[in-house]
Amino acid sequence: MAAVDAARASVSPARAWSEGVAFAAVVLALVILPTFVYPVFLMKALCFALFACAFNLLIGYVGLLSFGHALYFGWAAYVAAHLAKVGKISIPIWLGGWQWLTIPLPPLSPELAIIGGTLTAAVLGLIVGSIAIRRQGIYFAMITLALAQMMFFFAVQAPFTHGEDGIQAVPRGKLLGIVDLSNQTGMYVTVAVIFLGCFLLIYRIINSPFGEVLKAIRENEARAISLGYRTERYKLAAFVLSATFAGVAGSTKAIVFQLASLTDVDWPMSGEVILMTLVGGLGTVFGPVAGAFFMVTLENELTVIGQWVFVVQGLIFVVCVLLFRRGLVGELAHRLRVRL
Amino acid sequence: MFEVFGVSSQALFGQLLIGLINGSFYALLSLGLAVIFGMLNIVNFAHGAQYMLGAFCAFFLLNGVDLPVPALAWPPTVTFVRFTPGLNYWWALVLAPIIVGASGIVLERLLLRWIYRLDHLYGLLLTFGLALIIEGVFRNYFGSSGMPYAVPPSLQGGQNLGFMFLPNYRAWVIAFSLIVCLATWFVIERTKLGAYLRAATENPTMVRAFGINVPRMITLTYGFGVALAALAGVMAAPIYNVSPQMGANLIIVVFAVVVIGGMGSILGAIVTGFGLGLIEGLTKVFFPEASNTVIFVIMAIVLLLRPAGLFGRGA
Repeated sequence: MAAVDAARASVSPARAWSEGVAFAAVVLALVILPTFVYPVFLMKALCFALFACAFNLLIGYVGLLSFGHALYFGWAAYVAAHLAKVGKISIPIWLGGWQWLTIPLPPLSPELAIIGGTLTAAVLGLIVGSIAIRRQGIYFAMITLALAQMMFFFAVQAPFTHGEDGIQAVPRGKLLGIVDLSNQTGMYVTVAVIFLGCFLLIYRIINSPFGEVLKAIRENEARAISLGYRTERYKLAAFVLSATFAGVAGSTKAIVFQLASLTDVDWPMSGEVILMTLVGGLGTVFGPVAGAFFMVTLENELTVIGQWVFVVQGLIFVVCVLLFRRGLVGELAHRLRVRL
Repeated sequence: MFEVFGVSSQALFGQLLIGLINGSFYALLSLGLAVIFGMLNIVNFAHGAQYMLGAFCAFFLLNGVDLPVPALAWPPTVTFVRFTPGLNYWWALVLAPIIVGASGIVLERLLLRWIYRLDHLYGLLLTFGLALIIEGVFRNYFGSSGMPYAVPPSLQGGQNLGFMFLPNYRAWVIAFSLIVCLATWFVIERTKLGAYLRAATENPTMVRAFGINVPRMITLTYGFGVALAALAGVMAAPIYNVSPQMGANLIIVVFAVVVIGGMGSILGAIVTGFGLGLIEGLTKVFFPEASNTVIFVIMAIVLLLRPAGLFGRGA
């Protein structure tokens, strides 16, 4: 993506100290903010920030636009909510006729529920990824959108998702049997730790040799192939990682809000995460976080206008694509000539 | 009436008919998408919204609309003036594509032309934003529920074919969309204008050097693609209700159709559109649970076996 390349080319790697400063600022903000901002709002913003970071791993560093990331977010939320509330798993299997294979599990603790949701997202990412990476560019976007829509219809029909109602009143439970998550502070600290851990992990991935190959694929896939890299394996690995982190975000969201619903798997959610990343800055480390906080704040302020929120989102899309392609953080980094 | 595989012929052929109807809309929409993509290198996400605009246009032409008129006062206010042209279906079939196509031309001149030099993905994002705006505005004014649009009197009733009952209007939709598709194919593949168009798709700079106004051709191509979507919308209005969401879910299925067919071939888009409509209809009869998802499953299978699509030329 041209704007991303321009933003990155203008700074040298030696100036990466700016990322350290920005990270310290984020940690500080997470410590201070709960004293004067509603913690539920912060937790929502953090879940979406992680979701956007996961999405950015794909668009910003491999140049692949997934138009179906709600699939991993939403299905992880469903599985985590189901495991935490019901536990019992029933899978239809074909034995010369459809039968239910039932695994009698008790309702699981929140950490296991989140792990279960995350694994689901990883498996879905592996399946969808291995189909979608067969095509590039615009087709990749359409394929991921179509497959996500297919899984949306499955979510509508599957009995455990409870259709329009969703899975409601999911118990938050006790983390590791110790931390009571029904307590708002305990929940907030847990979400903040999950967010920071995943954020650092994503940062590590981006700056690893593996991440450098991803960036090489983004810049010029043909050249990466000629250098001997099996690019489709790298792309698939990046896709699965992205889906997995989106799954962590979705599962955590289900525990925080005690709810998993069709909104989480439907295509407007995929659009929203694209918008958050675009507003913050594609291919910047902190952009998705800034974009998520910006959009969640905006939607909070705009609840009075109800349905007009889609129109506002559409307007932001148009303005960002036409006039503001670097995004908030990308623009800041460009002005200060640092890397963020 | 007789039975086929334990299904009454009425049910089977009825669903096949619905499949063909859906197929004609898939064909018209994917044709428009393919034409636009060929010239502009943009996947027009707003296509579904423009299909919806076509249906609403027909509805307004018949039943009237409250046109917003800005009043000359401070603070600025908008008053609504009732405008009832009372024009019937046949007028709508001509006027709606022109009106919506003209709005597409305005969009192309104002917004789309700024992003041709950027990555393809920005085109998708921009048109996605436009779709959100258009559909959002209509949902705010007209709610989520659909509004009925009557079948034109001259096409009411139907024929009893012995094995099934064929409503006249549905026969008309299939025949007319087939004609429109084939006419489009003829213009693009067999006329001089189409030759310019194909040449400009391959190498715009060269065609420009021959003295052909390529930017205007791009604008008109977008207008034409959008007009095709609007035409499909008008034809859909009497079959489905006119509702703000009618295009949103359809466009995703059409994307899958485009991936299956590949955007390189006009005839491929038409064949794939009708074929997938038929398969969807058959699924409704024999395995109704999968009727929403069958096209996506076929897309996945096609990608595994023939990654370039059935009629595609690679990448």
